[in-house]
Amino acid sequence: MSDSNEPPESTVRDLFPPVPQAKLNQQIRPVILSVLLLTLITGCAFPLLLAAIGRPLFLHQANGSLIRRNGVAIGSDWIGQEFSRPEYFQSRPSAAGNGYDGTSSGGTNLGPNNPKLKNGSADFKGVAQLADEYRKRNGLAPDADIPIDAVTRSASGLDPDISPANAALQIPRVAHARGVSEEAVRRLVAIHTRQPQYGFLGAGRVPVLELNLALDESLSPRNSSSLR
Amino acid sequence: MRWTEYLLFLAIVIGLAQPVGIYLACVAQRRRTLLDPLLRPVESLFYRLLSVQPVEEMSAGVYIACFLLFGAGCALLLFLLLMLQRWLPGGPAASYLTTPMTADLAANTAVSFTTTTTWQAYGGEQTLRYLAQVIGLVSQSFLAGAAGLAIGFAFIRGIARERSATIGNFWVDLVRSLLWVVLPLTLIGSLILMWQGVPLNMAPYTIVHTLEGRTQTIAQGPVAALEFIKNLGTNGGGFFNANGAHPYANPTPFTNFIGMLAIAVLPAALMIAFGRMTHRPRAGWVLLMVMVALFVAGVGVCDWAESAPPPQLAGMHIIGPNLEGKEVRFGVGESVLTAIVTANTSTGSYNSMHDSFQPIGVLAPLVCMLLGEVVFGGLGAGVYSMVMIALVGVFLGGLMIGRTPEYLSKKIGSAETRWIALYTLLTPMVVLALTAIAVATKAGLAGLGTNTGPHGFTEILFAYASCMANNGQAMAGLNANTVFYNVTTTIAMLAGRYGLAALALALAGRFACQRHRPTTAGTLPSDTPTFGVLVFGTILIVGALSFLPALALGPVVEFFQQ
Repeated sequence: MSDSNEPPESTVRDLFPPVPQAKLNQQIRPVILSVLLLTLITGCAFPLLLAAIGRPLFLHQANGSLIRRNGVAIGSDWIGQEFSRPEYFQSRPSAAGNGYDGTSSGGTNLGPNNPKLKNGSADFKGVAQLADEYRKRNGLAPDADIPIDAVTRSASGLDPDISPANAALQIPRVAHARGVSEEAVRRLVAIHTRQPQYGFLGAGRVPVLELNLALDESLSPRNSSSLR
Repeated sequence: MRWTEYLLFLAIVIGLAQPVGIYLACVAQRRRTLLDPLLRPVESLFYRLLSVQPVEEMSAGVYIACFLLFGAGCALLLFLLLMLQRWLPGGPAASYLTTPMTADLAANTAVSFTTTTTWQAYGGEQTLRYLAQVIGLVSQSFLAGAAGLAIGFAFIRGIARERSATIGNFWVDLVRSLLWVVLPLTLIGSLILMWQGVPLNMAPYTIVHTLEGRTQTIAQGPVAALEFIKNLGTNGGGFFNANGAHPYANPTPFTNFIGMLAIAVLPAALMIAFGRMTHRPRAGWVLLMVMVALFVAGVGVCDWAESAPPPQLAGMHIIGPNLEGKEVRFGVGESVLTAIVTANTSTGSYNSMHDSFQPIGVLAPLVCMLLGEVVFGGLGAGVYSMVMIALVGVFLGGLMIGRTPEYLSKKIGSAETRWIALYTLLTPMVVLALTAIAVATKAGLAGLGTNTGPHGFTEILFAYASCMANNGQAMAGLNANTVFYNVTTTIAMLAGRYGLAALALALAGRFACQRHRPTTAGTLPSDTPTFGVLVFGTILIVGALSFLPALALGPVVEFFQQ
């Protein structure tokens, strides 16, 4: 397979093509200048340009899509919150900090075969315990089928959504706690249920905070003093 | 529904490959494009400022040296910026930054972002100030991505040219990649993300008062500046710890889909550019179709494992697919799509926790990384990853039919074969050796805080596979912010970026010197479906021979344990 045009090569030194010192010295200036100049353009000029165009156009989103009531920020469109009162729909369990910690996103990172995931530990509720609590809270039979998102923790720990099946199982509890008809709550849930985006992207979901805000607005409990 | 999304994704990637590939070829060959009237003056200004002679071309050796020096300069600057971040104004109060930026973590992060790996041994909202993320990480996501595209261009030129001592000018390729491709696309893409809901602010962490009277602190920041370029540059390092799963980083299924397209379209199109620049358009399409076949296989396996109800929870009356570590808005479909797209393209922007995947579910992305990121691949890196393994196929095919192996009129002699063999061996050598060291030492095993047994082994193998592939995604149960892991993963990242690129470019330089061989009846045609099957088989055989024992110890054992 030898070819007269190409010298036989056999040492490691020949593995890489030669680089003449003079050629290399020429490149020192462009290296230093390019690192500095291009960092300035992509790391300073680009973000400033993006802010100059994007922030005026999408100011609400740019500031974190915060939801305000009477001037006080009560949450964000995108960041899930913990709910424990019966009159509110409840979010998924969370592994972010001590639960829905917006400064400490993350999942459990427990492997599927890890016994801790199912059985829990001293300071960690396993799937079995979460399922028990979920069934008790919502008045379900001990062998009732429940949707998996109700007993598993999301990747971010800040999942703003629950599945439509999860919301449906919580409707009787919420209606009862608020003293309103299940039908009224069901209608509200239906309004706030999102189908897969544009019909095919992702999965159907119910944003919990948005739904709970709507509940407070249109289906206040008869005894409204229980809600500050 | 899930397969509608998978297939539509593939259809868009393949549909855009042709027009975008033609555009990329124009950028690489300095032909006219629509953007020229706007960008040519800027381009000349850049060359003057950088004191570069754009007409002066480089030999492969000088090209590699420039690529290395540029990477080194960027890494040094980023390292200094990270070490000095405490003096940067703005951003979260110091009490939120609970993970200190130690020297080993800063060095690891600097190498990580300048090699497009963006392995993150830290959680963004607990470690970094806003300006460190913007000036340091956003800029490197651009520059490492554009440098990757540049070496992709140079590699293609090496194969396309004959009797040429040079393969292009690194500075020209870098500047043109930035101006014609990366910057304009990122501006548009980032605005789409902002429209959908990704924040861009310098506000302190916001304290909100929830409906139940509790308080919640929400991390803020200039998130939108990083979240599109992290995908387009096939970097993947996100703003927050949960990366693409964080609702601020990836608020809707649509932002996720856009991100996946941003990752895959350019590398797929580069295969078409490869075909055009070598004047063998069908050769580019054949390799792209091999990629598509492998992609479909990966999605199929991962979807099968993740969409089934978790067998560990059988009998507990819990209904639904494996949603532990997944977001409701993405469901299984977008989680699997993202896992496979990111694993195949050296992009670490996962949107679900791979540690919580089923054993076979995690096997799929792990194998994608170990095969060398050949499916679409990293920006620019994908084209040489794929062609290098195709050359192994050519060599094997040549042996089988007893002829001198040739690819696109280039002869593959004994010298060329050495580069190809070294390239193929480098990944198993680095990944397996480092994994062995980690499981044999106390310092390595100390990282297994969350999971043990075969799953722990998979975490370690996954870490080195990810770093070697310049991917950056992790099974995050591994506690990787230790001196041991910061040093060993840095070695893998350097080998995966500069080792592989230097070997590929050195080979390209050698091909450029060759004259084209005439095609004869004895030439193994390299643009037919048969050749595609040969390459497909070669990828699987080389991957299996290298990694089957290691995979058997990890995910396979775990699968039989469940």
